[in-house]
Amino acid sequence: MSTVSDTTHGDAATAAASPVTSPDDGLSPAALAEKYGLSVSGARPGLAEYVRQLWGRRHFIRAYASARVTAQYTNARLGQLWQVMTPLLNAAVYFLIFGVLLGSKRGIENYVAYLIIGIFIFTFTQSSVLAGVKAISGNLGLIRALHFPRASLPVAFTLMQLQQLLISMAVMLVIVLFTGEVPAWSWLLIVPALLLQSVFNVGLALGMARLGSKMTDLTQLMPFILRTWLYASGVFYSIRAVLEKHDLPWIVHLLLELNPAAVYIDLVRFALIDSFGRNELPPHVWAVAVGWALVAGIGGFLFFWKAEESYGRG
Amino acid sequence: MAEQSAVTEASTAAGTAVGARVPTVVADRLNVVYRVHGGGGKGNAVAALRRIVRRQKSPNVREVHAVKDVSFVAYRGEAIGLIGTNGSGKSTLLKAVAGLLPAESGKVYTDGQPSLLGVNAALMNDLTGERNVILGGLAMGMSQEEIRAKYQDIVDFSGINEKGDFISLPMRTYSSGMAARLRFSIAAAKSHDVLMIDEALATGDRKFQKRSEARIRELRKEAGTVFLVSHNNKSIRDTCERVLWLEKGTLVMDGPTDEVLKAYEKETGK
Repeated sequence: MSTVSDTTHGDAATAAASPVTSPDDGLSPAALAEKYGLSVSGARPGLAEYVRQLWGRRHFIRAYASARVTAQYTNARLGQLWQVMTPLLNAAVYFLIFGVLLGSKRGIENYVAYLIIGIFIFTFTQSSVLAGVKAISGNLGLIRALHFPRASLPVAFTLMQLQQLLISMAVMLVIVLFTGEVPAWSWLLIVPALLLQSVFNVGLALGMARLGSKMTDLTQLMPFILRTWLYASGVFYSIRAVLEKHDLPWIVHLLLELNPAAVYIDLVRFALIDSFGRNELPPHVWAVAVGWALVAGIGGFLFFWKAEESYGRG
Repeated sequence: MAEQSAVTEASTAAGTAVGARVPTVVADRLNVVYRVHGGGGKGNAVAALRRIVRRQKSPNVREVHAVKDVSFVAYRGEAIGLIGTNGSGKSTLLKAVAGLLPAESGKVYTDGQPSLLGVNAALMNDLTGERNVILGGLAMGMSQEEIRAKYQDIVDFSGINEKGDFISLPMRTYSSGMAARLRFSIAAAKSHDVLMIDEALATGDRKFQKRSEARIRELRKEAGTVFLVSHNNKSIRDTCERVLWLEKGTLVMDGPTDEVLKAYEKETGK
């Protein structure tokens, strides 16, 4: 039996007996609030409570993501077909430039599959980051109108990208089959690889969402950062080959090998391309993949949560 | 446990009956400041660079002090009107009380979670009315079962389907009146502890207005405390017994409806 609530209501009863002079009159606002068990409006919930709230909103997150996807192509006559056309056209453009015009195969067997996997996997991270930057700053109206854990937004946006990726993956598997790869059990490895990448992307999107909500210049800056990252991720060329050919400082060496985008790309290549063997992978590749997912996932979530109460300010 | 809750209920009921005042919202010297980007300054690159070099604060960021030092206590069972000219900070105050806009300084204490009546921001024009009902419900924090149970009521209340099967069309094809009716119907489907209504009354045609006013009265009964922002003094008189008058972000007057409205009307020359 809680004594606190009993005494509170005891006081209320006394107040009822003499309504003219309330015993609350002399209390400061804070003391008054405490007496009646009021809580500070808009205060940041504790971490466990926050996770619980976010989980409670999972249906909203899913519905919001799928609604955005539906709304995205609604004005185009081909509609949802663009979800397939966009990755296909992307692949065609990159193949035309890097495969045909520049001929930068650089001794890579099955360059088409190599290139397309690189592009699609990198695009997943890239678009998650871009969506994350605008997740808060682009949805202030929603944030200033309704209560929900704000992390719902970056998570929903990453989910949208994941859905797009799954469609791209279907396109990719067809292309990879056409290039002469034979389905094998190793293809199943793309499931853990993509799972880890998704966790990494959610964390990154959460972190970028907080940064993007405060630093409005980030939207302008992101394309350059992302392009640099794209070129450093071995999408069009083999990082291994570059590392072997040139004597790079150890720090560059390390950064290129630890680059999370490159790690996830190489894992999918390893899963799908027969000629892309274990020797092409950087050392401890699965440990690095798990490590990045954990660091970004947990770090991004904590970083985002720390500013939860301030996102309405814009 | 059951015994205790029975005691609690009894004492609350007795309390409200006799007039014991249980506070539900306490605002303590609340200040809200908006930072607006792109407010001014010469919009060219040279000027921007000079500013950075000289380490001046960007004139592009303007601060708008929208709510200044506002304190009040709202009690259970009260309906409070908020009046003031356009841009006096009424909506901002509501958002701050709801915890949606962080306070610059000062605090708001509330009993439970105050909610603004409105889901406009969560709805998408490109989706069908049907999907918007579900999305809006989820955004307001209703569970899937709750929405399923209330879905038909929401659609019937909006009257969208009175002239054919419009609910399965995208919302962008609705007339502005129809869209407003659906938005109100979704927003009014949920009951709240502390309810805040921001000029949501005057939507739709005459028939729908009557229906929505009745619904608001129902919501008022279910809610502990109601805040109503309106420029319509008649609707304030009809629903509120207490009025807060804001001007330029400052609380000018706080008192019984008649008194404050009389002063307000005198000031604004009505």
